[in-house]
Amino acid sequence: MAEIVLDHVTKRFPDGALAVNDVNLTIADGEFVILVGPSGCGKSTTLNMIAGLEDISEGQLRIGGDVANEKSPRDRDIGMVFQSYALYPHMTVRENMAFALRLAKEDDEKIKERVDWAADILDLKQHLDRKPGQLSGGQRQRVAMGRVIVRTPNAFLMDEPLSNLDAKLRVQMRTEVSRLQKRLGTTTVYVTHDQVEAMTLGDRVAVMRAGQIQQVDSPEVLYEHPTNLFVAGFIGSPAMNFLPAKAKDGTLQTPLGELRLPAGRGRGLGGGERDVIIGIRPEHFEDASLVGADKRDRGATVKAKIDLLESLGSDKFAYFTVQSERATAEHLQELAADAGTGDLGAGEEGVQVTARLDAASKAAEDQELEIWLDLEKVHVFDPESGENLTLADGEPQAE
Amino acid sequence: MNVTARQRVGWGAANVVVVLIAAIPVLWLVSLSFKDPTTLTDGSFYPHKWTTANYRGIFNQPLFTHALINSIGIALISTILGVVLGAMAAYAIARLDFPGKRLLVASALLIAMFPAISLVNPMFNLWRTLGIFDTWIGLIIPYMTFSLPLSIYTLSAFFREIPWELERAAALDGATPLQAFRRVIVPLAAPGVFTTAILVFLYCWNDFVFAISLTSTNNARTVPAAIAFFTGASQFQQPTGSIAAAAVVITVPVIVVVMLFQRRIVAGLTAGAVKG
Repeated sequence: MAEIVLDHVTKRFPDGALAVNDVNLTIADGEFVILVGPSGCGKSTTLNMIAGLEDISEGQLRIGGDVANEKSPRDRDIGMVFQSYALYPHMTVRENMAFALRLAKEDDEKIKERVDWAADILDLKQHLDRKPGQLSGGQRQRVAMGRVIVRTPNAFLMDEPLSNLDAKLRVQMRTEVSRLQKRLGTTTVYVTHDQVEAMTLGDRVAVMRAGQIQQVDSPEVLYEHPTNLFVAGFIGSPAMNFLPAKAKDGTLQTPLGELRLPAGRGRGLGGGERDVIIGIRPEHFEDASLVGADKRDRGATVKAKIDLLESLGSDKFAYFTVQSERATAEHLQELAADAGTGDLGAGEEGVQVTARLDAASKAAEDQELEIWLDLEKVHVFDPESGENLTLADGEPQAE
Repeated sequence: MNVTARQRVGWGAANVVVVLIAAIPVLWLVSLSFKDPTTLTDGSFYPHKWTTANYRGIFNQPLFTHALINSIGIALISTILGVVLGAMAAYAIARLDFPGKRLLVASALLIAMFPAISLVNPMFNLWRTLGIFDTWIGLIIPYMTFSLPLSIYTLSAFFREIPWELERAAALDGATPLQAFRRVIVPLAAPGVFTTAILVFLYCWNDFVFAISLTSTNNARTVPAAIAFFTGASQFQQPTGSIAAAAVVITVPVIVVVMLFQRRIVAGLTAGAVKG
C-alpha cells in the first residue's frame, strides 16, 4: 500500500496529440480516488501511465515515495482490473488468480491459502476449477478482482471495471467494490465515465476534461461547489439546468425573470453589466405552495406551464419550457457532444428546464404552476471561461 | 432454420457427390497399391489379388528410402524455420507499429503470388555456382521463402485475435515479456501455430517443381521427385503399383495428422478471455 503522486504529468502521443496535460494529483495511502470524465478526456491514459503501460512524456510519477517513471509494470507492484477483464482463457480460475503469485515464486501452500482467501471474499469458491469461458459476466468480473487482491499490491487500478455488466449487476458490484476497498484499505484509482459510479464510490473524485483535471474533491463538494460549467454539468443526474442571463449589481436578468441574489452572494460578478450563464439544479426548484415562509424569502417564484410530469413516487420531475436562447459555452458543447445530444438544435420553442418537486406537489401536466427556486443555490458562470463566479460566496446556508 | 425433408435429401446428395469426387482418386490409389502386378489392368475397383509386394518393393529401393528421409528432413526443417521466423514477424506485425509495416506485409504477399516455376531456371544456375545444388539447404531456402508469407499471414491473424490486454495483465502480474509470451501468448496461439505448421509442411512435402529442378541424385531428392524416377521390375513393366504405394505412403500420414488435429485447429481457444 502506498501513496501515489502525479507531479505535472503530461502524455504526448507520437502524433503530437496531447492526451494528458500537466496533471497534478496526490492519492493518499488507502484512499479511493475516481477519475471521471467523458470519453477521450485522458482518464484511461492517466491510469495506464500509473500502471506503466504508457510512457510518461513529462512530469514525475511517485509510488510510495519512489520515482516510478522508468519502472516496468511488473516492478511497480500494482494490480489492475481491465474493462475487458483480460482473464487468461487457458487457465482455470484458480490458475488465473495464482498466476502473479507463481511468477513471484511463492510456495504452493501460501498460494493456495491466498487464492482460497480471495475466493472466499469474492464468493468464487465453487468456480475455482472452471475456465473463464464457463463463467457469467459477473463471475468473470469477480475473478478479475480476485486476480489483483491475492497479492496485496501497492495499489489497485480499475479501468471501467463495471461497464460490461448489465445495469442491475453493476449496482450490486458497485457496492461490492466499495466494500472490498474499505475492507482491504488499499489505495485505489478507479476510472469511469459514469458520474453516478464516481459519486457513490470515491473518497475523492477527479473530474477530467481534455487531458486536464478540472476539479478534485469529495463528491459533495463537487456537487455543491463545482468550479466550472463542465463540472457542474457533468456531475448530477438529472443534469443542472443552464440558462443565459445578464448580471448587473447582484441582479440577474434571466429567462425566469429578474432574480436578485441574496446578500453576500454574487461578489465575484463585479459591478458592471455582463453576460453570464446561470445554473440551477433540479432539486433547487420546489412547488411554491409547499415552501414554508421561512425559506420563501431567500428564493424567487416563477410561473410556468408544466409540459411533462414524471412521478417517481419519492419525487416528481416537472419539465417546463422557458422562452430563451440555449446557453452556449464551450464546456456545455463538450458535455452535449459526450451525451450524444450535441446535434440537437436549439429548441425553437425555448429551453426545457427540469425541476424536482416534492411528491406531495399537486402539479399536473399542462397546468400552470408557481415554482419556487432557491437563490442560495443558484450558480453563476462566466460563459467564456466557464468559471463559477459564485464559488467565492462561501458556504451557502444549510437548508 | 427450418429444414424440410426435401432440403435434407438435396443437401445429403450434394455432400455424397462432393465426398465421392474427392475420395475416389485417393481410394483408387490405395486399391492400385495393393493390386498384384498381373491384375493391375483388370479394371476392378477392388484388388482381387491382394499383395503388399509394392510396399516391400519400394522400401527395398534406395531411391525411395533416401527420398523419404530427404522429404521428412527437408520438410521438417523448412517448417520449423518457416514457423519460428514467421511467428516472430507475425507477432511484430500484429503488435507493433513500425515504419514500413504495410510495405513488409505487401511484399510478403507479392512473394506468395510469384510463380515458382519462373524462378527455377535462374536458381538452377545460381545454386550450381554457389555449390548448393542437390543439397538439403538448396531446397530448404526456396521452401522457406515461399512458405514464410503464408505463415506470416496466418499467424498474424491468430496473434491479432489475442487481446492485447492479456499481455498487459501479465505484465502487471509481474511477468517479463518472455514469460508473458511463453505462458500466455504461446498457449493461446498454439492452434494457430499448429495450423500454420501443417499448411507449411504440406507445401514443402508436396512440392514438385523445386524438388525435380534443384536435385539430381539421392542426396536431396524428395519423394515427389523420386516417384518420377521409378521404374518397373523389368523394362517391360509399368511401375504403376510402386508409384501408387509410394503415393499412399506419403499421403496417409499427412491425412491422419490433419484429421487428428482438425478439432484443435478449428476450435478457438480464446473463448472467455474477454467479455464475449
